[in-house]
Amino acid sequence: MNAPPIASTSAEQSAVPSRFDLRAALKDSFIAALIMLGLSIPILAYKTDQNGAQLFLTPRWGLVAIMCAIIFGLRLLQHAFMATRAARQALPDPHQATEPVHAEPSAYQRVSRFAIPFFLGIALAFPLLVYVVQGGLNESRYWVDLGILILTYVMLGWGLNIVVGLAGLLDLGYVAFYAVGAYSYALLSTTFGLSFWICLPLAGILAAFWGMILGFPVLRLRGDYLAIVTLAFGEIVRMVLINWTDLTNGGAGISSIPRATFFGLPFTADEGGFANTFGLEFNGMHRMIFLYYLILALALLTNFVTMRLRRLPIGRAWEALREDEIACRSLGINTTNTKLTAFAIGAMFGGFAGSFFAVRQGFVSPESFNFLESAIILAIVVMGGMGSQIGVAIAAVVLVGGPEMLRNLDFLKAVFGESFDPNEYRLLIFGMGMVAMMVWRPRGLISEREPSVVLKERKAISGSFVKEGHG
Amino acid sequence: MEIFVQQLINGLTLGSIYGLIAIGYTMVFGIIGMVNFAHGDVFMLSAFIALIFFLILTTWLGISSIALALLIVLVIAMALTSLWGWAIERIAYRPLRGSFRLAPLISAIGVSIFLSNFVQVSQGARNKPTPPMVGDVIVLFQGASGYNVALSYKQIIIMVTTAVLLTIFWYIVQKTSLGRAQRACEQDRKMAALLGINVDQTISLTFVIGAALAAVAGTMYLLYYGVVSFNDGFVPGVKAFTAAVLGGIGSLPGAVLGGLIIGLIETFWSAYFTIEYKDVAAFSILAIVLIFMPSGILGRPEVEKV
Repeated sequence: MNAPPIASTSAEQSAVPSRFDLRAALKDSFIAALIMLGLSIPILAYKTDQNGAQLFLTPRWGLVAIMCAIIFGLRLLQHAFMATRAARQALPDPHQATEPVHAEPSAYQRVSRFAIPFFLGIALAFPLLVYVVQGGLNESRYWVDLGILILTYVMLGWGLNIVVGLAGLLDLGYVAFYAVGAYSYALLSTTFGLSFWICLPLAGILAAFWGMILGFPVLRLRGDYLAIVTLAFGEIVRMVLINWTDLTNGGAGISSIPRATFFGLPFTADEGGFANTFGLEFNGMHRMIFLYYLILALALLTNFVTMRLRRLPIGRAWEALREDEIACRSLGINTTNTKLTAFAIGAMFGGFAGSFFAVRQGFVSPESFNFLESAIILAIVVMGGMGSQIGVAIAAVVLVGGPEMLRNLDFLKAVFGESFDPNEYRLLIFGMGMVAMMVWRPRGLISEREPSVVLKERKAISGSFVKEGHG
Repeated sequence: MEIFVQQLINGLTLGSIYGLIAIGYTMVFGIIGMVNFAHGDVFMLSAFIALIFFLILTTWLGISSIALALLIVLVIAMALTSLWGWAIERIAYRPLRGSFRLAPLISAIGVSIFLSNFVQVSQGARNKPTPPMVGDVIVLFQGASGYNVALSYKQIIIMVTTAVLLTIFWYIVQKTSLGRAQRACEQDRKMAALLGINVDQTISLTFVIGAALAAVAGTMYLLYYGVVSFNDGFVPGVKAFTAAVLGGIGSLPGAVLGGLIIGLIETFWSAYFTIEYKDVAAFSILAIVLIFMPSGILGRPEVEKV
């Protein structure tokens, strides 16, 4: 347990001599490039294009040469870097907590005291900031939209964090509850004409109910098996949504879902609308800003409830369950109830987020709820350092906002040509990022823990002391 | 009756493809206890490798004999996919050994996302149809209502190739020193290392064998369906994993048996019930087996020591 997770790469490092041996490094880099050549034949070297029913091949050996050269260069750099690092004293990574318990408040704790109000302030003032910077309501549309998207994922991440981070149950089918929430709102509002404010709690309750139904059979499962079964449930829900056309309209989805109203005032230009009542000039952005604050409030609610729950007996039972299920049971914790409440409460927030998704889009279809979505939410939780609330928020900003930023970088177009679309490579980079994260920082960005219960003073606990997801 | 026999043949063909993929899951799980989530995408990648080499051989090199072309394609696909399997293990899984338990699973999900998007970006998102390869069928018997029970050459090739390669593979695992080292690592990795077995190399070899068998499955899949796309890895992957679990994860005969059962269930389900819900059936079986019978048909029950 004490072994820092980073030590796993030591096999690679010990193979490298402490002094930089150029010949060996060149030889090794050459081999790496050769392997890259092998890997890129034929997937990169030939592109299959379609001409009518006939496939034909377009050779792309230039691309292969570039890729091999890049790998050669990277490997050489890695050798040089590792040689210099080995020459220096191997200092412990200051970001990764290596000591089990710090006597003094760590850098993270000191920063977090100011960082949390700071980030919260930014989130609250975001539409105003964008309005000032962009100089107009309509100009800030893109940014507010991006903010809504990021906050949706922050909320989903916090919701899943209850299940994965606190209770240690690895759930790969979280998107099912998101889907239940979205379809609840879509069906209830289009069929019975219920308003968003009635549907929101209903969607949460329905999703929690589904969390219990899907959670009940998997109570006995742990770790990998639990992950795979929840994945199967997620896929079953999606396939039922596709195939049960009488209820869900199948793959075509449900469109023209009623918009959210400002507590009864619709965002329309006519008499009795939001703008008219408050004497403002009508602007479509009012609705967007309202949605932004709505999702911010929902996300903060998720966070608040989680933080409070952690101090209640049930929250402590979750964390105890994560550490050791057998010990829990022998100490008289009802593991069935503990697991089911974790599933239900996590699912409920997923349902809220789903309901919000439906009202924002005005359209839901099964394609929005595929496995990839689950993987992205899980990646946010893992990258945030399972269990850390602020870490999840940072990870959501990085993982969802990062690719958007990539799209805006014009110099990339200059390098790769006009037709370059970074969005195509989003998931490619995302997959590599997930692997890299696990290799370099398996405990996530914020690996330290705030203890839930303290005797005298709060001390940070190293992430290596926390078991995650044993189920 | 005729429909039943026909579905039996189809189911066994499909089942042998699933069985080949399932071996990759079951061996990796047996030796390092992780679900190699990316294995389905390795299978999809191998189908693409096979497709491209088939095109190179038939259109550029002008090999007219389909049998020869298929054989060459099979060998090349196995070799190149093995290299991928080796590289994936080396980059994404080996550094994680000794890390917390779910790290390899999350890393494998990352590899899976990477592979399917790598193929999508480099080859395009559309379905890739192959030129017709083997079209002939043997009519076994004619039914009274005019329904012919047919066994196509494709199906013969798939079943025979699977049987031959499984025999070779079985021989390697049971009779050679490589196989002995592999089984030793499966039983107790630390002890095997103490006794002088190169554990890292053995684990790499497991991935290589798994990838090679996935490449066979990929080539056969291409031959059978004649079309492949970048997201064809996920669902067959999950079904093959279901097969491995159903047969008892860690057990090699169990993987093949599970594959055949899943193949049969899928074809009979499509024939007699609804084709729309065939994937739901496969996923439900997965959930049911894991919940009620986690050690599978031929597996050993897992006992947790405190």
